[in-house]
Amino acid sequence: MTPQLQTLWVYLAASPLLGLTLTLLAYQGACWIYRRSGNHPVANPVLLSVSLVIILLQLSGTSYQTYFDGAQFVHFLLGPATVALAIPLHAQFRKVRALLLPLLVALLAGSLTAILSAMAVARLLGASLPTVLSLAPKSVTTPIAMGISETIGGIPSLTAGVVIVTGIIGAVGYRYLFQLLRVRDPAAQGFAIGLAAHGIGTARAIQVDQQSGAFAALAMSLNGLLTALLVPLLIPLLGSWLA
Amino acid sequence: MLAAFTQILLFQLAGEVIARGLGLPVPGPVLGLLLLFAFLLWRGGPGPELQQAAQNLLQHLSLLFIPAGTGILLHIATLEREWLPISVAMVVSTVLAMAVTALLIQLLSPRQQHGHQETAAGERP
Repeated sequence: MTPQLQTLWVYLAASPLLGLTLTLLAYQGACWIYRRSGNHPVANPVLLSVSLVIILLQLSGTSYQTYFDGAQFVHFLLGPATVALAIPLHAQFRKVRALLLPLLVALLAGSLTAILSAMAVARLLGASLPTVLSLAPKSVTTPIAMGISETIGGIPSLTAGVVIVTGIIGAVGYRYLFQLLRVRDPAAQGFAIGLAAHGIGTARAIQVDQQSGAFAALAMSLNGLLTALLVPLLIPLLGSWLA
Repeated sequence: MLAAFTQILLFQLAGEVIARGLGLPVPGPVLGLLLLFAFLLWRGGPGPELQQAAQNLLQHLSLLFIPAGTGILLHIATLEREWLPISVAMVVSTVLAMAVTALLIQLLSPRQQHGHQETAAGERP
């Protein structure tokens, strides 16, 4: 690099502009690929943009912290967007009330399945205890999951990573799964993906269908609360099996 | 637009204050969602401005996960060490949880009896 370019790079690398622009460009690139693929589930925009940003950060030797200094402006909007999910949820309130009992039963069963099956599979395949515990809250939104992980002796930062990948698995896999199981009701689809794959699943559901998105938002909030209550109660019961 | 966005931020702030003030294990925005939902039930629905602001925010919800998602970069070492149990556990458990949830709703839901849905809705006065 010439000295001028070097100076320019030092300036840009220190300013939030680069991280922010990179995030928006990666997202639009990912959306373009997603549309060109005929909305193929594997071309999931979150998966594509995250991969793209990681590759560019690695190639340019930029640390995550430097990137996040700029990207945090986008990250901040996650809070208001979560609050705004109340609006599609309210629009579906009549259907929610009509389905109240099935939804509550499915919530409890789905929540227990998500927690216990993750721990059981990891344990049977020889994962260490902190890893098994870090996986317990993997289906709920990152801030809740990290808090739970810390409470029960997992590794909160590992939980954060696992939560993101879980969301992407749910978003990529759900169309195939529901085709296979012949589940066509958008409410059932949305509730299931929001429960198992939190916000990333909800983002995917909203792209497909408003009703699906509303039920995903509902399941995401309820499962966040339920998992925060259930996991600390379940761990002592599993004591001897985990040890 | 500005007023509606301010309103959304106020609900987030209220959620944040209550969650931290009472030491609840729930993030502020999730509590804010529930508070706004309760408010909409009480008011009978959002105004057109709030409706529009929410739609703008939610249209690109996927975008908002990119900065946090990129954070996986920090855990590549741990994920590498125990990649097999971690990845199998994530895939199996996510698929199982989705299947159990969706199938239970379908099984228990009165709407799934073919054809009855439209008739029942049509019969209402």
